[in-house]
Amino acid sequence: MTISNGNLLEVKNLRTYFDTDDGMVKAVDGISFQLKRGETLGIVGESGSGKSVANLSIIRLIPEPGKIVSGEVLFHDSDLLLLPNEAVRKIRGRRIAMIFQDPMTSLNPFMKISRQLMEMTELHLGHSKAQAFEHAVKMLETVGIPDARSRANDYPHEFSGGMRQRVMIAMALSCEPELLIADEPTTALDVTIQAQILELIKTLKRETGTSVILITHDLGVVAGMTDHVIVMYAGKIFEQGKTTELFSLPGNPYTKGLLRSVPDPTAEQGKLYQIPGLPPDVAHLKPGCPFAPRCDRVEEICHKEFPPFVQLNADHHSLCHFAREVYADSGGVILAADERK
Amino acid sequence: MAIDRKPDHDDLIHIPPEMAVAEADVRPEEAGEFVRGTSLWRDAWRRLLKNKLAVFGLVVVIIITLASLLGPTLIKRTSGITPDYIPTNDIRLTQSFPPFTGPDGEFSWLHPMGTDNAGRDQLARILQGGQISLFVAVIATLVSLLIGVTYGAIAGYFGGRIDNVMMRFVDVLYSLPYVILVIVLLSMFRSQTPRGQLILLFVAIGSVSWLTMARIVRGQILSLKNQEFVLAARATGVSTSRIIFRHLIPNTLGPVIVYATLSIPQIMLTEAFLSFLGFGVQAPLSSWGSLAAEGIQNIGVFPWQLIFPGVTMALTLFSLNFLGDGLRDALDPQMRTV
Repeated sequence: MTISNGNLLEVKNLRTYFDTDDGMVKAVDGISFQLKRGETLGIVGESGSGKSVANLSIIRLIPEPGKIVSGEVLFHDSDLLLLPNEAVRKIRGRRIAMIFQDPMTSLNPFMKISRQLMEMTELHLGHSKAQAFEHAVKMLETVGIPDARSRANDYPHEFSGGMRQRVMIAMALSCEPELLIADEPTTALDVTIQAQILELIKTLKRETGTSVILITHDLGVVAGMTDHVIVMYAGKIFEQGKTTELFSLPGNPYTKGLLRSVPDPTAEQGKLYQIPGLPPDVAHLKPGCPFAPRCDRVEEICHKEFPPFVQLNADHHSLCHFAREVYADSGGVILAADERK
Repeated sequence: MAIDRKPDHDDLIHIPPEMAVAEADVRPEEAGEFVRGTSLWRDAWRRLLKNKLAVFGLVVVIIITLASLLGPTLIKRTSGITPDYIPTNDIRLTQSFPPFTGPDGEFSWLHPMGTDNAGRDQLARILQGGQISLFVAVIATLVSLLIGVTYGAIAGYFGGRIDNVMMRFVDVLYSLPYVILVIVLLSMFRSQTPRGQLILLFVAIGSVSWLTMARIVRGQILSLKNQEFVLAARATGVSTSRIIFRHLIPNTLGPVIVYATLSIPQIMLTEAFLSFLGFGVQAPLSSWGSLAAEGIQNIGVFPWQLIFPGVTMALTLFSLNFLGDGLRDALDPQMRTV
């Protein structure tokens, strides 16, 4: 059960189900991926595709009535899903840190910024109050809060949204975690601030060597930030591969649709493309491909059989009956089976 | 570690100056110049001071508290009279005098509020009664804070079955008519000494006073625990007990303080009621309720025996209620009815 070939994190066949009155909601249904040290992995998908639940599952913070039904989350040598609660608690924040979507609500409104930052290092690194405060100030300076020493004693409501997200990043990085999970870190911010925050994450990543999982529905962010990308739909991985390849040679109709949906500011004005229909209700999935009702390439088999996870290239997989055709349409050259390795 | 490097903002974040300006503009209400922010508590304090009735209440409560705490000692120093002093050596003195009146009907500073049937000084007794009334109220409120807040927070945070069991227990206690419950408790364990009786009174009132607090805190925690900062705290490895006591409970303090302030007069009233019925404080100790009970027996002949403790109590209750209302407005401006 050890991890080989430089992988920091290996998720195998993870399934997280929510047992609701409406039936079993399969929020995450058998996903697997690896993350190498120092790499950035992007997870994209529409709302409700299971990308947040997948990452909350990694650090075992699934809200009721969710349950991790099966799978392995190998982090270093141990399966996080098998560790006792106390051990997982020591990993959270210390070795795997998280940044959340909404910086306006992710900080405790009744605690000073310094106090919230100090809590991290007091808890995980055993800092004294004075040490922890100095460290907090240093972290605030690192993330570019001007006048950090005096601002440290402010309350969250005295910070703007972008500043708060910086504080969140300072908090997440203050124990120098090996893995940073950023769950839509820029969704709640306006575009200029978004750019700053992303640049900040990039810089800090480069300096500390932290691996990053970036969850987002903004394909532009993924293109600029990540090495690998996972496209999720209805709790499943629809396509995964190197970011550059996946963007230029998508092998899945869903990915193609997502890429076409990105508004192009240079285009002549006209209708924006949208994928028809809505994401499926994951509590009541039909047997075939979950994307079939919305797919523009749908054929009879799609409604009947669940699609295979086709390998297109050494590092490129797609969940589709016609993955090879779509890939070829995009201009991709499928290597023969013996050339793939 | 690279992160130890002296930060250099220009190098760290590559943003053109006009973007940096945009960032500064987002800072609420204080664009341009840097204004020292105010904490929630300072804001609340400012709002409280603007409320005249609340300030009046605060001042009266402080005066009455100080008078009750220091008064009996001061009176003893100046005139040698203690609250339980009965002038047994002179039969003429063991009767009730009107305010500012000596034994022969002449003007006297000795008893500004007159004396009771046994010739005990009313002022000293009222002040000492104030000590006990306030003490009972404060202790019972502290009990309700301690038990009620913890209980409600635990029930609210864990939710589900734990919450169900814990809150049904509260419901059961709630449904018992609690004054009768207290009376039963007090009459079952009737103590021989006044002090023992006082402790029983504490226990009896304290044991039921935390129920509402538990409900209030549970409701607050229920709505707070799904906020993202709780998830963020859990994601940083903070333990459950720390999340409850350091992160969640401070966020409920506003309503808790308001309810605690408003429950003090309630408890004082309960104590007065019980003492009035003869279940509470026993002579020679006095409370405002027991003084009023004595006074009402002589209302036709010696009205000052009822008027002074009654007015003192009413003034205190009014002031505490004004203060409580003021605190509610100050701590929870959204709740204020426009």
